[in-house]
Amino acid sequence: MFYREAGDFKTSYEADSQTFPIAFDRYRYWAVLAIAFLVIPFVINDYWVNAIFVPFLIYAIAAIGLNILTGYCGQVSLGTGGFMAVGAYACYKLMTGFPDVSIVIHIILAGGITAAVGAAFGLPSLRIKGFYLAVATLAAQFFLVWLFNKVSWFYNYSASGQINAPERFVAGVAVTGPNTAPWAQYMICLVFLTVCALLARNLTRGTIGRSWMAIRDMDIAAEIIGVNPLKAKLTAFAVSSFFIGISGALFFAVYLGAVEVGEAFGIQKSFLVLFMIIIGGLGSIFGSFAGAAFLVVLPVALKVIGVDWLDWPTDLVAHLQLVIVGALIMFFLIKEPHGLAQLWRVTKEKLRLWPFPY
Amino acid sequence: MKMKTLAAMALAGALATGPAMAELVMPDLSYRTGPYAAGGTPFSDGYQDYLNLLNARDGGIGGESIRIVECETGYNTEKGVECYESTKGEGALIYQPLSTGITYQLIPKATADGIPIHTMGYGRTSAANGEVFNWVFNYPANYWDAASVAINYLLDENGGDLNGKKIALVYHNSAYGKEPIRTLEELSSMHGFELSQLAVDHPGQEQKSQWLQIRRERPDYVLMWGWGVMNQVAVQEAANINFPMENFIGNWWAGAEHDVTPAGAAANGYKSLNMNRVQDYPVLEEIKTLVHDAGNAAGDGSNIGKVLYVRGMYAAMLAAEAIAKAQDIHGTAAVTPAMVRDGMEALEITNARMTELGMEGIGPEFSVSCQNHGGAGQGLVQQWNAADGVWEPLTDFIAPDASVIAPLIAEDSAAFAAESGITPGCL
Repeated sequence: MFYREAGDFKTSYEADSQTFPIAFDRYRYWAVLAIAFLVIPFVINDYWVNAIFVPFLIYAIAAIGLNILTGYCGQVSLGTGGFMAVGAYACYKLMTGFPDVSIVIHIILAGGITAAVGAAFGLPSLRIKGFYLAVATLAAQFFLVWLFNKVSWFYNYSASGQINAPERFVAGVAVTGPNTAPWAQYMICLVFLTVCALLARNLTRGTIGRSWMAIRDMDIAAEIIGVNPLKAKLTAFAVSSFFIGISGALFFAVYLGAVEVGEAFGIQKSFLVLFMIIIGGLGSIFGSFAGAAFLVVLPVALKVIGVDWLDWPTDLVAHLQLVIVGALIMFFLIKEPHGLAQLWRVTKEKLRLWPFPY
Repeated sequence: MKMKTLAAMALAGALATGPAMAELVMPDLSYRTGPYAAGGTPFSDGYQDYLNLLNARDGGIGGESIRIVECETGYNTEKGVECYESTKGEGALIYQPLSTGITYQLIPKATADGIPIHTMGYGRTSAANGEVFNWVFNYPANYWDAASVAINYLLDENGGDLNGKKIALVYHNSAYGKEPIRTLEELSSMHGFELSQLAVDHPGQEQKSQWLQIRRERPDYVLMWGWGVMNQVAVQEAANINFPMENFIGNWWAGAEHDVTPAGAAANGYKSLNMNRVQDYPVLEEIKTLVHDAGNAAGDGSNIGKVLYVRGMYAAMLAAEAIAKAQDIHGTAAVTPAMVRDGMEALEITNARMTELGMEGIGPEFSVSCQNHGGAGQGLVQQWNAADGVWEPLTDFIAPDASVIAPLIAEDSAAFAAESGITPGCL
């Protein structure tokens, strides 16, 4: 009944190749955007922004980035935390070095710098694959964290090695610093996420995305039919790092406001983002959203249920949380290896036949 | 879709715990899980037990009952921010996050929200300048005091001369561990000792290379800025290379029972600083009878009387005294965070008052003012007696070298004020 092509006539090639060819899907997409832009900013408060929405939006950008590299191009990376740190520190150096330039430009430039760093660390991918590449990116993770801890130029020689985001404005509204209104924090992240997601979606549908997927599915075959592995792998690393850099910059400037590299961008962060795309679904933009939402909301929900409703000791809830998240990851890997995105696809298929399945 | 149901549940949960007006809300951002739980648990137990004692014995503070809201941070800054946001709506009066990283997050947020932070012996040292950091207090002592106290103790040991001595600093590679470096560098050029710095990365279980370097360089003394599992590993590694324990001095976050007991007899003689004296206080008896026996013990009740338990209790006492002071100043029992801040700024802790509270000599006497949020800055040196399993105080409270620290605080806080556009002044 839902998600049906029947009666949805296309009269041009553009209409036929649009992102959401099914009318119902398209309306749903516009409805989500309308709620995100026109409803949520007016009802949101400090707690919701800082505990759920801003982390979700930022992790979704990081997950899209990693999904391009791992899900679409098949290159496993454990360096996400390190690349987020590059974005954060680039943003900090730009913010303090050029205080008159808009923060939006700084965040985009931070993404660009991360893209360059990511492409450099992507060079080994031309020679090594699989687990060996994972180890090479793991080296990037540890090297970058060490670098930002060791060289005090990166944190402007402050005594503690912390970086603090100064107050910056977009169109006269503070978006970083302690006096930021919750809706402003939410909106800047939402705008970046929307643009990134549109960009990623269209990249993966075009020539470049097809060459990534060809490399993922079988690199030798792809090379024989004329896909340049150098270009495909390095662009995947660069584009992926660009998104991850943007998420790192937002994570530092908009979300936390003060960051310590080892604590905020350690190896746990790399694993967290990797879990997001595995649970959400490799090779799916929707999966990046679903995975990020799942891993951001689940701990908060468990905490609310355990501590606020059931009145259990906080340490018990914290330990249970680890057990439950671990068990759920295993459950998903066994029952639905393609992640939440596949569940969504199956649901859509069922809805299409409902109420007369055959 | 799953996300929406969960989010709805979370919303309902957030709404279910609405603000209750006629109570003093004291958040406890604790950590009882993760690599730092060994230190976080006794501190939180002491903090909660003392507040529960006030509830049981005096009906709260000034007749107003206390409600503790515990939130688990796991020493993680993201969870710390979440805890701050979720507890601040309930009318939190004062925050004590027990983490330098979380403190750095909360300083701008709490300043904007008008809620005082008390970071006792941790956090941002230059917050001692109350004219820049109006809402942040770090009395009775801070890291730079600790560095200076340790050097003053060593000066005393060496007849006032450290010239040509080699001192190594083993530190947690984070904001916490890096804090004392600036002071120690200053002191090293002043007293002519050679300082070498050895960073240990979070969580601190890997220290082989650092201690190999110590074995090669043979420093006269090793200072340590450690926390959590890092302390136990460091003490064990020092024992493994036969480093003389009496020349190994930890700061006050590296000197609790659980830091030394894993190394057994080998840890005998290890020294550490302390900002609170540990002894049999009458107040501990009261906690036992009125809180533990009534079944209200925080945690499992096994930590009572330990170093960090006593420190948590001390922190709770300072908070309670500040609230009482605030009630006094403003003539109302139902104080707001802004009033508590006034109480903290007017706080005066005397020996007579500490005796009255059943904790004679737990800390130095000090008073807080608008200019000085840092207190007296004194610390004592204690030594581990492995045979009896007790920390024995070696000295009385030692004063830091204010002539070194005051200019550093002025410089760092001025830099912060310039960076964040603050005009220094009293509220």
